[in-house]
Amino acid sequence: MNKPVDSGLVTEATDITADAKKRYSAGVLKYRQMGYWQPDYVIKDTDTLCLFRITPQEGVDPVEAAAAVAGESSTATWTVVWTDRLTACDSYRAKAYKVEPVPGRPGEYFAWVAYDLILFEEGSIANMTASLIGNVFSFKPLKAARLEDIRIPVAYVKTFKGPPTGLIVERERLDKFGRPLLGATTKPKLGLSGRNYGRVVYEGLKGGLDFMKDDENINSQPFMHWRDRFLYVMDAVNKASAATGEVKGSYLNVTAGTMEEMYRRADFAKELGSVIVMVDLVIGWTAIQSMAEWCRANDMIMHMHRAGHGTYTRQKNHGVSFRVIAKWLRLAGCDHLHTGTAVGKLEGDPLTVQGYYNVCRDSYTKTDLPRGLYFDQDWADLKKVMPVASGGIHAGQMHQLIDLFGDDVVLQFGGGTIGHPQGIQAGAVANRVALEAMVKARNEGRNIIEEGPAILKKAAEFCSPLKAALDTWGEISFNYTSTDTSDYAVTPAVA
Amino acid sequence: MMTNPTGRLTQGQFSFLPDLTDAEIALQIEYGLKKGYAWSVEYTDDPHPRNTYWEMFGNPMFDLKDAAGVMMELNACRKTFPNHYIRMMAFDSTRNTESITMSFIVNRPAKEPGFGLSRQEVKGRSMHYTVHSYATDTPEGERYGR
Repeated sequence: MNKPVDSGLVTEATDITADAKKRYSAGVLKYRQMGYWQPDYVIKDTDTLCLFRITPQEGVDPVEAAAAVAGESSTATWTVVWTDRLTACDSYRAKAYKVEPVPGRPGEYFAWVAYDLILFEEGSIANMTASLIGNVFSFKPLKAARLEDIRIPVAYVKTFKGPPTGLIVERERLDKFGRPLLGATTKPKLGLSGRNYGRVVYEGLKGGLDFMKDDENINSQPFMHWRDRFLYVMDAVNKASAATGEVKGSYLNVTAGTMEEMYRRADFAKELGSVIVMVDLVIGWTAIQSMAEWCRANDMIMHMHRAGHGTYTRQKNHGVSFRVIAKWLRLAGCDHLHTGTAVGKLEGDPLTVQGYYNVCRDSYTKTDLPRGLYFDQDWADLKKVMPVASGGIHAGQMHQLIDLFGDDVVLQFGGGTIGHPQGIQAGAVANRVALEAMVKARNEGRNIIEEGPAILKKAAEFCSPLKAALDTWGEISFNYTSTDTSDYAVTPAVA
Repeated sequence: MMTNPTGRLTQGQFSFLPDLTDAEIALQIEYGLKKGYAWSVEYTDDPHPRNTYWEMFGNPMFDLKDAAGVMMELNACRKTFPNHYIRMMAFDSTRNTESITMSFIVNRPAKEPGFGLSRQEVKGRSMHYTVHSYATDTPEGERYGR
């Protein structure tokens, strides 16, 4: 630490909370002496558990750094305050209970911290995050800190309503079962008029997609007013539904500058008969929970685009892991969540990405170190979130996508639909045929990872749009090293 | 004839593929049985996208663990309703799922007239949309030339 003044009363011994006179004498103590380091702490079922990855400044003891994290994310201030003695302060102190070096990452340590149930307001992600990723992330004695994973106790999970619809009910509403859903983002992102935009939506949906999607930065810019977009898009959705006999949707992005305006846009989407609305992660936790409330009250599916997450999830030494963001979003309530593709153009180690999918869809998430899951998480029957794979994927990867993610996922082929050489409908057909052929083959017991390319080639014999797609994109892959991978040792290291 | 690229109703898991043979249908049924699902045969002459409740050709076959038995039910349904839409549905009773996990069409009328879209202009440029099934202009039981 910044050379805390040992008050003279203090030994180098760890915890001095047993002696109240010493503990609350004016001055500065080490965090570990104030009760924030408790290596013998017995975890309660009702505790929230956090795993931080910390990089202490040169010369700062990792145990003291871990205790400081516990302190700064709960009750501590930099000096001793006598007013603690007016409170049941033991309950309010978070307890760092384990510190271990991160395997293969010199200077970094994993610190486990437990938080009592009383610390967080029921049903409020804003309150929980203000503690857990508040001041502590700017704390000087740490060079960097990252919240790697979190275990939310059932007692706290039950104070959240979770996804407004959930993936099971979404499928029932859409009447689509046993296969991934198919989507595409309308492109170009910017500049299309409402009329031109609706054309892309119509072609994609009539061709065989289940969903089209607004992009994250499509709100209400000068080239296309939001009402215009909604009106044209809903004409396209309904026309495509009649042409195919299927329920279709297009994620109408209602993200706006104020809640009042978001509600206004969402109400209009509902009036026009849309089955789904969309928001961006950047609207913030409270706005997300409010929109989830609105969706629950209006039978609406809520699509969440994770715009902005890369600013704090990508670098493994600092920020918040996306698996934590995904857990918070499942509690806060969204029905779709972009969780990565592993094989596409955006960041994502396959195992780490599968970990995010598990967090969205499991009833009970088991500890799984290779997938970055450090805790068991009981979801207490909370509804499941439908993960969305979007960004630089194409029909030629269908076997890999289905093998990685299974059936409960929305696969979004934006460029892979709209950029098809024979047109948007042909692009949609190619994707749908590839999808159905692969699901059928998997169900028939075939090894789709080995036989995938052959299965696609065979399907392309009766489907020329698929042949054209494979000829155009078949060889494209994005093989770059991922920055965010799980760090773990097969046998846990000793602190 | 519908105007989408397949020329037909595209509900279910496999409408974009060539019709499944009976052997292929049996493989799908086996897959579901291995997963512990219960199969059901349903039929309709009103395939509106929001017509949730097709008629059940008997209850879901919770105790039938053999694909051949399920195929017998399907063939009995085909014999009774040769010109209806028939779909296979698999139910999963696992806690937190408790819903349908597979659904695909295994019989269709020779001609699929499809749907019209009615627009009702309301309040400025807003519309109220209604998807209308042409088949339902004819009484029940007479819709597909039976």
